[in-house]
Amino acid sequence: MSRAQTDKDPLVTLLRSVLPDSGIVADPVSMKPYECDGLSAYRQIPRVVVLPETVEEVQAVMRVCRQTGTPIVPRGAGTSLSGGAMPHKNGVVLSLARLKRILQIDADNRTALVEAGVRNLQISEAVQHLGLYYAPDPSSQIACTIGGNVAENAGGVHCLKYGLTVHNILQVKMVTIEGELICLGSTALDAPGYDLLALLTGSEGMLGIAVEVLVRLLPRPSVARVLMAAFDDVEKAGNAVASVIAAGITPGGFEMMDKSAIRAAEDFVRAGYPTEAEAILLCELDGTEEDVISQIDRVKKLLAESGATEIHLASDENDRVRFWSGRKNAFPAMGRISPDYYCMDGTIPRKELGKVLMRISRMSEKYGLRVANVFHAGDGNLHPLILYDANQPDEFERAEAFGAEILDLCVAVGGTITGEHGVGVEKIDRMCVQFDKASLSQFLEVRKAFDPDGLLNPDKAVPTLARCAEFNAMHVHHGNLPHPGLERF
Amino acid sequence: MPCLAREIGASVKASYDAQTPINIAGAGTKLFLNRPPENRETLDVTGHNGIIEYDPAELVLLARAGTPLRDIEQLLYDHRQMLGFEPPFIDDGATIGGAVAAGLAGPRRAYAGAVRDFMLGVTFVNGRGESITAGGKVMKNVAGFDLFRPMARSMGTLGVLLSIALRVSALPEVERTVLHEEDNEHNALKKMNRWPRETQAISAACWDGRYIRIRLSGSEAGIEHAHTFIGGQWIDGTGYWRDLNNFKLDFFRASGRLWRVCVAPMSVSIGKNGVQLIDWGGAQRWLKSDEPPATIRSLAAELGGYAECFSDDPAVETFHPLDNGVAALNQRFKHALDPAAILNPGRLYPEL
Repeated sequence: MSRAQTDKDPLVTLLRSVLPDSGIVADPVSMKPYECDGLSAYRQIPRVVVLPETVEEVQAVMRVCRQTGTPIVPRGAGTSLSGGAMPHKNGVVLSLARLKRILQIDADNRTALVEAGVRNLQISEAVQHLGLYYAPDPSSQIACTIGGNVAENAGGVHCLKYGLTVHNILQVKMVTIEGELICLGSTALDAPGYDLLALLTGSEGMLGIAVEVLVRLLPRPSVARVLMAAFDDVEKAGNAVASVIAAGITPGGFEMMDKSAIRAAEDFVRAGYPTEAEAILLCELDGTEEDVISQIDRVKKLLAESGATEIHLASDENDRVRFWSGRKNAFPAMGRISPDYYCMDGTIPRKELGKVLMRISRMSEKYGLRVANVFHAGDGNLHPLILYDANQPDEFERAEAFGAEILDLCVAVGGTITGEHGVGVEKIDRMCVQFDKASLSQFLEVRKAFDPDGLLNPDKAVPTLARCAEFNAMHVHHGNLPHPGLERF
Repeated sequence: MPCLAREIGASVKASYDAQTPINIAGAGTKLFLNRPPENRETLDVTGHNGIIEYDPAELVLLARAGTPLRDIEQLLYDHRQMLGFEPPFIDDGATIGGAVAAGLAGPRRAYAGAVRDFMLGVTFVNGRGESITAGGKVMKNVAGFDLFRPMARSMGTLGVLLSIALRVSALPEVERTVLHEEDNEHNALKKMNRWPRETQAISAACWDGRYIRIRLSGSEAGIEHAHTFIGGQWIDGTGYWRDLNNFKLDFFRASGRLWRVCVAPMSVSIGKNGVQLIDWGGAQRWLKSDEPPATIRSLAAELGGYAECFSDDPAVETFHPLDNGVAALNQRFKHALDPAAILNPGRLYPEL
């Protein structure tokens, strides 16, 4: 479409008055890359995409959108797995990708000030020469941006020991729906007034737009060693995790994979996993050499007492990378054995692991779909990967119903529908299962306090009460919707 | 005194209907922070107490807000665990609800995290008398807005806490203190910020003008290793850290108002404005000073931080004034939770 055609849209004309031409994408073909995020089953071409290069331009875009009542969908690198960046058909996609400067590195105070579009891994790379790094490491860290990490409160393999995004940021400059620039947090460890920094973190772009983030940097541990243990029973592996944690050891990473995940990963990258095992654990210990050596002995003993059939210590860095390669490639490994997979993200109390995995395996039979489980075992965050083929009629719907039933189970055993991927569009109905009406109303009131007209990332993360009433009416039996063929929007 | 959650809810609902402000009362160990007016209805929540759930292997404890910290610490200690944020006033009967609302944390804070960093979820009664759940009781949870971490340091102005789920920590195998002679502030700050780059064993670092005290926590081997490059002499520091955390060191008896100045750890000295004791490796600076409050506050603000007055002085607001934009957002947030402004009004700021 020509510029003349897109400019028939008065919104685009208004945006052109505050942004250079290079900052506006308005023809449907060029907007195609923005139609979805990492949850590619949900797609929508937006009305227009804007790519501001400065904070002032972000403020100007917000003012235009507010004046015109236009929905705004903020977007970092678009790696969300819950549809958090899925466009709104009448709305603007506000890409923060061009705010990509590292503004300041303060080695003395161990902080870095970066713009929202800076990639997660880029921060660690920029401070590597100082022996420092930024700890949260979501699996998409090569691509995902710090702004998106703030919006989603991103975690990662190492958050068991080093915390989530909310534990590793000190200050955020955010643009409000009114276009005002507000600074939350401080350069000290906390700040006066309410902890709105915590509130903003994980709010999925619904309260304001983070444009600048002051992150904490940690000293890179001098030593990291990884143990791999195999088990002939998933529950034994779960108990082994509990015994290590109960002994007061906090591993840098503590991961579990079940048999299907082990086999797929082993076929893909030859990580050296025992393919006959029902489950394996990867336990990484980091710190000073003295600490790590003493912990290795203790962990080995605990794993053996819990019934590990094999225990291997990675002998050198190559070995360590190889052990991790299987876990880190678990998702693409699934891509080799199944045309599509659907990744779930519930968290459960660890002691429920055996029961939950058994129930998931029964659901797998019920829905006729295979499932593989990878698990941030240390903090109870479960990632069942449901394998399906989108080209087969009904399979995606069955995968979704299967996933929904897993999430309902997570809530029933005292857990949550999402540990780190966010609610987005994907799990919005599940919020009606996890939270009661008063709590959901409270969330909506808070949202209104920040965004009275509901323009920021609408229809995501927090359902309206009307939506929940409708959902609850349909939610007769777990996963068995009365009209499975109907679109549920 | 209400004991049940629904009784607390009903009490708040009645206050909401009558538009009557209330003081929420725990054990009253932190009344010196913006002392509340006495001619107001009091909602005593200490009757709502008891540990609801604790499984040492899960590292999670769920307790009612009125539970004394002493009971929690004892139970955790029996399982070789602890509260990682080292709250003060345990011996004075402080409750977990009050510890969260005031958000004070001890010497370990700079290395282990603040109260909010250990919170997993809460239930609370909002200003309408409704019971609200935020967060949960598992380690990782991003469902719903984070209304639980902001409860820390909110001074009870956002809700009446009913129960709190916390991540707990393992007791270190060994914990010891070294004393290191150093009378130059800049050198002390440099050392306290360099050493943590070589070891994860530091769990407290404080400078009193003559000595740096470093607390080391971890394995015997790890601590020995840290000592090889930190140096200094081993001392029994247990009493010192406890007294520092509970405002009982001689330093706190010096004349002048007590200020808590929080800045980036390597910030320049504020010592010329009074007598100081530096904790948290430089990030928290206790200052005894008679300088006008505005002077101290602007000094802290220029350094990117803030200053709180911890003296029980009705003439001085405890908390650091907010910038206009942030103040407006604070008010909007407060209004969303407590529309009639009945929960501890004025306890945090006059307008909240």
